[in-house]
Amino acid sequence: MKRFLLVGVALAALLAGPLQASAADKLLNASYDVARELFAAENAAFLAKNPGLSVDQSHAGTSKQARAIVEGLEADVVTFNQVTDIEFLVKNGFVSDDWKKDFANQASPFYSLPSFLVRAGNPKGIKDWSDLVRDDVKVIFPNPKTSGNARYTYLAATAYAKEAFKGDEAKVKEFVTKLFDNVPVFDTGGRAATTTFVERNIGDVLITFEAETRSIAKEYGSDKVESVIPSVSLLAEFPVAIVDKVVDKRGSRDLAKSYLDFLYTAEGQRIAAQHGNRVHEPAIAAEFKDQFPEVRLVTVEDVFGGWDKVQKEHFGSGGLLEEIYGER
Amino acid sequence: MSAPVKGRPPRVGDAPAFRRALIGVVLTLVAIVIIAPLVIIGYQAFSQGLKVYAEAIAHPDTLHAIGLTVITALIAVPINTAFGVAAAWAITKFDFWGRRFLLVVIEIPFSISPIVAGVAYLFVYGLQGLFGPALESADIKILFALPGIVLASMFVTAPFVARELIPLMQAQGRDLEEAATSLGASGWRTFFFVTLPNIRWALLYGVVLCNARVMGEFGAVSVVSGNIRGQTNTLPLHIELLYHDYQTSGAFAAASILALLAVVTLVAKVLLERHGAGRARRRPALAAPVAAAKTASAEVSS
Repeated sequence: MKRFLLVGVALAALLAGPLQASAADKLLNASYDVARELFAAENAAFLAKNPGLSVDQSHAGTSKQARAIVEGLEADVVTFNQVTDIEFLVKNGFVSDDWKKDFANQASPFYSLPSFLVRAGNPKGIKDWSDLVRDDVKVIFPNPKTSGNARYTYLAATAYAKEAFKGDEAKVKEFVTKLFDNVPVFDTGGRAATTTFVERNIGDVLITFEAETRSIAKEYGSDKVESVIPSVSLLAEFPVAIVDKVVDKRGSRDLAKSYLDFLYTAEGQRIAAQHGNRVHEPAIAAEFKDQFPEVRLVTVEDVFGGWDKVQKEHFGSGGLLEEIYGER
Repeated sequence: MSAPVKGRPPRVGDAPAFRRALIGVVLTLVAIVIIAPLVIIGYQAFSQGLKVYAEAIAHPDTLHAIGLTVITALIAVPINTAFGVAAAWAITKFDFWGRRFLLVVIEIPFSISPIVAGVAYLFVYGLQGLFGPALESADIKILFALPGIVLASMFVTAPFVARELIPLMQAQGRDLEEAATSLGASGWRTFFFVTLPNIRWALLYGVVLCNARVMGEFGAVSVVSGNIRGQTNTLPLHIELLYHDYQTSGAFAAASILALLAVVTLVAKVLLERHGAGRARRRPALAAPVAAAKTASAEVSS
């Protein structure tokens, strides 16, 4: 009996622990899964300016994060890599409708784009999307059904084809189908696709976020791979938002706002750029312009008419992606 | 069968070639399936040198993950052990309505995928779930905190102890306990001096399995953890995170710690077994209560 009592007391103490600590000098940032190093650096810089505070980090796929927040994960702010996952929070009443207006640049402090990583020396001479449908080129990217990263790839390739074929739907579909035919293996996530490309040595080009290519080169050695930026790509936003329901409960709105504001300061932007993300702040963008060659970016809004439409026409059941993927 | 070898119908395993082939296949499979991955973990963990390994382990997040995993095991394993013993005792020593049903229910976690368990906990304790709003208004945090992690681990490992004990206790029957009771021993006394000595190895084995699984559980915990670094990231979750972060050496360093925890558990079990077995041989007195009870029961029944 005593043992149970002790366990009960221990449990109660552990329960009470987090409650007492939830004064508004603490922040929880729910973020995407490969942003650990970026936010470790951002948080350190933010805390150096704001002593006495602390920022906790939660990292996972952002769909999982959004679901966890709806089920009670008390994240004050979200820093995601998918707009649709913040929309899920809006639908459930955790984030306000006009969150995109709360911060500059559609509430996206930095951005990236689907970009190419080829083997050192670029033996196949891959320069642009049109090279990816050549018969002698094998392309690696994950399964768009399970990976947000690959959805961007799919959309970027479609956007390129729409321009190249002046909106001829049949030709666009043919192009994207050809691209998919050149993929020897669809992994479930970006990390697995990277392993397939670099460690298993399959394929001639890996398509992933430009921001990712930096850490891949760092992990596997920059003598093995090199980055190729296509002529045109799709703007991939990294949206941030305050989770209203949580900050109102915890009284942490000011803190949450100042944290997200920090990401827009010169210092916050420089750290983002150092971790491979493109930034809007002109001075910092100029500072890193060698690292980020110019590229023309199109947006989901301009090409596809917004994420809702993309979801319906491309990713939903019976959508274009299913048709193309199913034809394999 | 002392018939001469000649003329005897051939039996499986007679031919030396077959024996060798069978042993060869088993050893090869063990090497490929079990040994090779373990060796790779060790190799990868130290591939960048001892210093990188030590730094990876000493990282506060990794240390916390180790601590959280150990705390989870320290809470979940004793509770599940008590539950397992109680359940096995109830099922094998008593007759009651719903006994068979209980037997089936206890085994459910074996056949359910852990991820289903995790999602089920979301539906019960989540904000949109059954008890979520009530817990929220009482300001009690279950999910995305330690209690959720412990609960999920307990669900997954609930059958381990009971499953080890039930077949043994069924085989041993109720005679000894009935005898002890008839001689005036209290319930606790009967348990500690009659039942426990008979089931201790099965119990120990169940505890070891339960512990190993609690420490290694990924699926269910992944759903209810919230993945907060330095707060709710258990060691298996931390390993996945490091791996996805291109921190290969860090991931393998953490994996080596998890593997080490498992090995320590197993070694502890082997040592205990040896120690216990030796004691039993040297001091037959330990077996005496059983013998005494047996005689007593014989006397009672005659």
